Amino acid sequence: MILELIERLFSRSGKNSGEDARRRLKLVIANDRSGLSPEMMEEMRREIVEVVSRYVEIDPGEMEFSLESDQRMTALIANLPVRRVRRTKAKSEAQES
Amino acid sequence: MNRIIVVTSGKGGVGKTTTTANLGAALARLGKKVVLIDADFGLRNLDLLLGLEQRIVYTAIDVLADECTIDKALVKDKRLPNLVLLPAAQNRSKDAINAEQMQSLVEQLKDKFDYIIIDCPAGIEAGFRNAVAPAQEAIIVTTPEMSAVRDADRVIGLLEAEDIGKISLIVNRLRPEMVQLNQMISVEDILDLLAVPLIGILPDDQKIIISTNKGEPLVMEEKLSVPGLAFQNIARRLEGQDIPFLDFMAAHNTLLNRIRRRLLGG
Repeated sequence: MILELIERLFSRSGKNSGEDARRRLKLVIANDRSGLSPEMMEEMRREIVEVVSRYVEIDPGEMEFSLESDQRMTALIANLPVRRVRRTKAKSEAQES
Repeated sequence: MNRIIVVTSGKGGVGKTTTTANLGAALARLGKKVVLIDADFGLRNLDLLLGLEQRIVYTAIDVLADECTIDKALVKDKRLPNLVLLPAAQNRSKDAINAEQMQSLVEQLKDKFDYIIIDCPAGIEAGFRNAVAPAQEAIIVTTPEMSAVRDADRVIGLLEAEDIGKISLIVNRLRPEMVQLNQMISVEDILDLLAVPLIGILPDDQKIIISTNKGEPLVMEEKLSVPGLAFQNIARRLEGQDIPFLDFMAAHNTLLNRIRRRLLGG
């Protein structure tokens, strides 16, 4: 009983949920503004990676791809870390992803 | 120069009608001639919040059908001689009126008033488009909830597409103690996300419910309450006065709250 009370007093659930809300809203608003569906986003991501992979080898684990909004301007932010530059343009499709 | 302002939000239940009633009454108290137009056909409520529900004889629909003149449809507020209401019809749907008709109503009122404030229905369908059609400016009402902020963003996008240049934001139902515990989106966060200028902040206050019960806007009270003062400040800002925002956060930064935050690790 007392333990429960103490637990509730120090409960961490709900803590910083305001921060969660802010983060989730930022993403969803950027997506709303762009009018792109998640499927289209995924397709665009795949195609961009495919093109870039012809020239450089990218690290799929470190890749970031998101829409961000600032002052009512939406930007596509892609961060594609390059492992190495290919000597010749790769003929085939992307090796990664 | 008169001003035609639509009060809108996207999401329902965030305080559009309460805001319309209070801003109208506050501007009338500042000596401005104000007409409030209820654009929520079929679900009218502005009359209730103003306490004028028993005095409606004709509605906007009767004016459009040439059943009466617009002056006859306007309901005068006995408490505030500068304030009148153009009621919506309650027994009709939102399709009872179109954008051109809304524009013609505003056109008939334009020269007689300093402020024409249109209370927009929730949603982004026909009712929204009708309410927005005659407007030159917009006031967006939102609350610090995810769904309300998201809908507000969508509505701002639509208003920009309609070339409504001047858009300002009211954040309603703020709970400073929750913001301080980082359990609520802050006003700063909302402004950062929506990127439109702030014109007012209203605390979550039960006095607002009580004023609705009585049909008496808070700004009509003899001695203004905190939310009443906040509404009056918004009216003054609309008038171009530079009024600082009430600091709700400071009021909650008491010793007890600081200890609680420390304990809860917020």
